[in-house]
Amino acid sequence: MRRQIPLILTFLTGIAIFIAFFIPHKPFNEVQDILLDWAIIIAGFALLLGIHSLLRKHITHIKKKDGGWGYSLILTFFFVGVFTVGIFSAIQYKGYSLTPGSLLYFVYDYMVIPLSATMFALLAFFIASAAYRAFRARRLNATLLLIAAVVVMLGRVPIMENAFFNFLSRFSDWFMFIPQMAAKRGILIGVALGAFAMSLRIILGIERTYLQ
Amino acid sequence: MGQIIGVWIAAGLTLMIFSFLYKDNPFYKFAEHVYVGVSAAYTCFYTWDYFLMPKLINPLLQHHWLVIIPGIFGAMMLTRWFPRSAWVSRWPIAVSVGVASGLVVVQYMQGFVIPQIQNTLLPIAGPAVTFNNPITNLWNHPLNNLIIIVGTVTTLVYFYFSKKHKGFIGGTAKVGIIFIMVAFGASFGYTVMARISLLIGRIHFLINDWLLPLFRSLTH
Amino acid sequence: MSIWERMSKVDRRIIYLLLSLVVIIPIVFRIPSTIAVSESAQMAYDAVDRLPAGTPIIFSTDFDPASMPELRPMMTAVLRHAFKKKLKVIMMGHWPTGIPLSTIILEEVAQEFKAEYGVDYINIGYRPGAGLVMIQMGREIRSVFDIDIQGNPLDSLPMMRQVHNYSDIGLIACFEAGAMGDIWVIYAWGRFGVNIIMGTTAVVTPDAYPYLAARQIEGLIGGMAGAAAYEKLVEHPDKAMIRMSSQAWAHILIIVFIIIGNIGYFMMRRAERIKKRGTV
Repeated sequence: MRRQIPLILTFLTGIAIFIAFFIPHKPFNEVQDILLDWAIIIAGFALLLGIHSLLRKHITHIKKKDGGWGYSLILTFFFVGVFTVGIFSAIQYKGYSLTPGSLLYFVYDYMVIPLSATMFALLAFFIASAAYRAFRARRLNATLLLIAAVVVMLGRVPIMENAFFNFLSRFSDWFMFIPQMAAKRGILIGVALGAFAMSLRIILGIERTYLQ
Repeated sequence: MGQIIGVWIAAGLTLMIFSFLYKDNPFYKFAEHVYVGVSAAYTCFYTWDYFLMPKLINPLLQHHWLVIIPGIFGAMMLTRWFPRSAWVSRWPIAVSVGVASGLVVVQYMQGFVIPQIQNTLLPIAGPAVTFNNPITNLWNHPLNNLIIIVGTVTTLVYFYFSKKHKGFIGGTAKVGIIFIMVAFGASFGYTVMARISLLIGRIHFLINDWLLPLFRSLTH
Repeated sequence: MSIWERMSKVDRRIIYLLLSLVVIIPIVFRIPSTIAVSESAQMAYDAVDRLPAGTPIIFSTDFDPASMPELRPMMTAVLRHAFKKKLKVIMMGHWPTGIPLSTIILEEVAQEFKAEYGVDYINIGYRPGAGLVMIQMGREIRSVFDIDIQGNPLDSLPMMRQVHNYSDIGLIACFEAGAMGDIWVIYAWGRFGVNIIMGTTAVVTPDAYPYLAARQIEGLIGGMAGAAAYEKLVEHPDKAMIRMSSQAWAHILIIVFIIIGNIGYFMMRRAERIKKRGTV
């Protein structure tokens, strides 16, 4: 019961989508549309689930006064604060809190944007330092990797306009389009075939790890 | 006024995160936790605005009762909060996984594998991929097509055969690894490019949106 | 410590400091840059340029603020091109956290061209479901996007009256910071054969070349370099072009460091070998 019903559900939904692809007419396409909507609603609840487990973790930290519980307090404080702001914006804009001009929009513009953008900008420093430390032309393979990286970096963003850099940027066009593309195509076809096989196994109930 | 306050908040948070470069410190930790808290709250609202309101609440208000079923399925996800009843959440997961798998099975073939293989089955001596590029024209057919065929097939062989790389497969895989290294090098170069761009974006913000206006207002 | 050892053990903070400097100096002193227009960016430009005036074009926001420095100038440049060509812009997206950002971008550029909402451009925002949304749009856009971002029914907007599905759309320009571009190709191109151009962060760019080579997409704008190229092509220099000299110098710095690291490594290895030979 605990396992059979989920397996049957997966099989039926998978097959329904499969059939709708080959017979895109009523009622199959309608069943497909309904199932797609259902998947979306379930995804919405899954997001809430994630937020709940995040908050629960940090509130436990605060209660137990673990090391660094102050930061958990900050996190919870800002969560509650922005949540309140969101409620106000939602009331002000009739349910749609993310309307431009709302207070939640202000939070997006001046907190969400700089924080997420800067988090990723930090990686520039780490990648520079890592390139210097780890990039050693020890073997043929490593040397090839190194040369390719340098060619692309210089060819895509030339420092000046002259025959050498012109050649390099044309060369990196060819390089990206032909040998690089060929390898990526090989890798991606492999990945796609893998995804195909895996999905088939899931629908047929051979692969069950997602039920754990 | 709101904008000036906003820019100061943004600049402050930006600098706090950059302070991590010196070493891990309370300012960075503060900003990091603000980030997670703010993002989580923000997620709640877009989940409401984009998922639950249009797909569940509005249809219910318009008496489309069928959406009660996915509503119940969604609520079943929340049984994960209680370990004893967590198994109930397998039902909605099964539906989502079924939908996703059904789509992958048909769409990856039609949208990816078949067109990509079609475009690898090129005539070795026929017209090449068209370019108006002097360098690539230098390399015009048949070499380009040949490189594409050899590169794709050998890479696929390298990754796809879990068999020991010996004999013919071993030789092919050796050619494959050369292509793979070259491609990884290109990816690395592009990744460096991306990260630097993000850094430039932040520094551009600090200088042009925060420091320059500040400087101007001080000199006036 | 020998000079070679020192060369292979530069403190990370020195690297950080130098990297900051090579980025800051070109911005402050506005050092001009050279822009290389890649083949793939030119193809994207041509795909937009071929469209006759009045053709609807979809812009898909599949990124969030984390990749703003690369994709914001890119989207701005392509939008300028679209408005200049008098195409009808439909803005949407598959990343909910990106929608407020693309709304800002769209309004800015629309104002520049004095475009009118509902007539020249609309913004239909986000609906969850990614590939599912794309499939439903292939039959009828209204089945997923019944209203725009401001709550107006799509039929109340003049430019949408004749637009129902992909067969009424000239081109999809999608801007990608993740795997959504693959979904666009696999679902929208795969099932409906729509024309797509892709603008991607540099991280994603190399993986998109197979699509370009198989003509599943019409063009590919890669990273800030691609954005700068597009700005050059539409003859409207802006943020990406200004920032390219910082980018170029940062690349040079990193390459120099890789070379220094390697010289140090090889010289140390040589010294070790000589020492070993001496003791034997």
